Amino acid sequence: MTQTELPRNTPPDKNPQVAVTHTAHPKKWKWYDYFTFNIDHKVIGIQYLVTAFLFYLIGGLMAIAIRAELATPDADILDPNLYNAFMTNHGTIMIFLWIVPSAIGGFGNYLVPLMVGARDMAFPKLNAIAFWLNPPAGLLLLLSFLFGGSQSGWTAYPPLSLVTAPVAQSLWILAIVLVGTSSILGSLNFVITILMMKVPSLKWDQLPLFCWAILATSVLALLSTPVLAAGLVLLLFDLNFGTSFFKPDAGGNVVIYQHLFWFYSHPAVYLMILPIFGIMSEVIPVHARKPIFGYKAIAYSSVAICVVGLFVWVHHMFTSGTPGWMRMFFTISTLIVAVPTGVKIFAWVATLWGGKIRFTSAMLFAIGLLSMFVMGGLSGVTMGTAPFDVHVHDTYYVVGHFHYVLFGGSVFGIYAGIYHWFPKMTGHKLNEFLGRTHFFLTFIGTNLTFLPMHELGLQGMPRRVAMYDPQFTSLNEICTIGAFILGLSVIPFTINILWSWSRGEVAGDNPWRALTLEWTTSSPPLIENWEVLPVATHGPYDYGHSPEAQPTATPEVSA
Amino acid sequence: MTVATPSEHHGHDAEHHPDLRVPGLLTFLISESLMFGGFFATYLFFRQTTDVWPPEGTEVELLVPTINTIILVSSSFVIHFGEMAIKKNNVAGMQWWYKVTAVMGAMFLLGQVYEYLTLGYGMTANVFANCFYIMTGFHGLHVFVGLLLILGVLKRSQRPGHYSATKHTGIEMAEIYWHFVDIIWIVLFTLLYVLTQF
Repeated sequence: MTQTELPRNTPPDKNPQVAVTHTAHPKKWKWYDYFTFNIDHKVIGIQYLVTAFLFYLIGGLMAIAIRAELATPDADILDPNLYNAFMTNHGTIMIFLWIVPSAIGGFGNYLVPLMVGARDMAFPKLNAIAFWLNPPAGLLLLLSFLFGGSQSGWTAYPPLSLVTAPVAQSLWILAIVLVGTSSILGSLNFVITILMMKVPSLKWDQLPLFCWAILATSVLALLSTPVLAAGLVLLLFDLNFGTSFFKPDAGGNVVIYQHLFWFYSHPAVYLMILPIFGIMSEVIPVHARKPIFGYKAIAYSSVAICVVGLFVWVHHMFTSGTPGWMRMFFTISTLIVAVPTGVKIFAWVATLWGGKIRFTSAMLFAIGLLSMFVMGGLSGVTMGTAPFDVHVHDTYYVVGHFHYVLFGGSVFGIYAGIYHWFPKMTGHKLNEFLGRTHFFLTFIGTNLTFLPMHELGLQGMPRRVAMYDPQFTSLNEICTIGAFILGLSVIPFTINILWSWSRGEVAGDNPWRALTLEWTTSSPPLIENWEVLPVATHGPYDYGHSPEAQPTATPEVSA
Repeated sequence: MTVATPSEHHGHDAEHHPDLRVPGLLTFLISESLMFGGFFATYLFFRQTTDVWPPEGTEVELLVPTINTIILVSSSFVIHFGEMAIKKNNVAGMQWWYKVTAVMGAMFLLGQVYEYLTLGYGMTANVFANCFYIMTGFHGLHVFVGLLLILGVLKRSQRPGHYSATKHTGIEMAEIYWHFVDIIWIVLFTLLYVLTQF
């Protein structure tokens, strides 16, 4: 794929006078352009976000079905097999088709070229291919319901995955391999774009923190995803072609699968949260009108999380017959990850300290994230220590923990990002009243759903079951009520998006008066982002340093 | 304040677009070697935990794979002569060396098929056979892809002026991929063939 093959380039002509011909391009994409194999990073970013959101709704409906089932101790709504299939696909869809594609694919694609001052990603066609691997993957997962549904949980541990619904399980594997390929292709695009395509005027210590986060995320994805692919290929061969890698009675070993799986899937939690950390680092300084506290500490801590994150996977396997020295090593390395994460949290709190905080919906979600992620992080530290982990293993404590991190962290971050960048993407602001309604419903719903789960876990309720001991009923009822509130919370959000997109308040180029480069172009940006590539003359977070130096780079100024 | 200086003021065509395909390919190959890493780790785990390795009746043969190794390793030098030729603007020389590489790659694949047919045990015999066929099979698939890349280069080189001393990124990429396939094979040969002798 050469740069000259791109349709955006008019025939190479070094004559400056002829260069004006590019203004003959359409200024905006039409609605149907979003349904095609478009290679513009902005179109791909929105394609990722919208597709991921649709999958979020599907996965959310599955969650509501699960919670409805768990409102009573007996399996009276879903039969246990269907319950398992819903539970498996809920996890799979939320992780692989909602959080990862929207946080990395959606925001990453939309923002990284704009933030580094590039006209597009390094490999635009590859980028489009990476996106278009996602919808078929989701369809394969949904198709698996015709064959009984994959039932072995999102981890697909053998031997369970080798004895339940083989066709459905194979479809599940193919779906994950597709999204994995998508993730690898997308990541290499991000790495090359950030390393090689930033405008020279943008110094490395002026690179927006979101780009640092995406860089760390991409390196992590590049190193860990292929290992999962290896494990899944072996599982696929075990399922369909008579090999016995994971069949203990034929010389195989199930623990190897767990190693290969968690070597990816533990880093996957950083794939889901690192871009969100990046979004936080953009949203908080803008809406608090303060320079971010500890720029370098935040940037380096992303890299540190990426490195240490590769050496902690065994903490998912403390109860899999892991020898004592390994438990020790992986307990320590797991607890070390809390340090760079804590650095970020403290930096954000310090940024908020004394800031002129604007309680916009984006800021509300960012602050909500901060509170809930601290909670999820702390319960993570407790479980990172092997002795406590052995006690709460496979109970609802684990479910409560990772939903605090993934819902209270990632999903809140995605919402914050949408409220923050929606004006840039569409040219319209989201309605603040609906936004606040959305926030409060989500915040209440999340805590109501997931906080009681910690108590359920400590009392010993096992996870992944459709029926439970009646003593757990009352807490489960609270969880179910919370889940329905969460379900309701999506309604004002969806209305807000649909309504504001067409008739919301016109935002202007820079409604938040932010200083990163993406706000220097029009809203929505031109097809090639800028008439003339921008020149960075100040840091991305220099709020308050020189109040008159608001970015004013409209095409008129450039001309 | 974001401003445009006159020097940047001549549209995209004059903007510097470096060719990023080679770093892109290298990044991809780093990623892909991790997939082989997963297979290697699995193999080593089984090797450590199984008493007799390889189990009786599933020993590997050595003659054909050794010849194959010699062919593949030397083809990495041959393909490099092709790159050296195109850097001197010698398209015909490049085509010659790439054709030789393609033949050597095809010989490697045929050797592998011959080995599969004569081994006397299939993929499902035991865990060693599982690993053996998966690892060599995946590698063979990569050799096949490399072969397709080389054939693609040869086809494109028919067009006059497509490659030259200053324009040969496609040639370079096929070569890098071929070296990658070669390096993986050296690790694989060590693990599957050499180490099983001890």
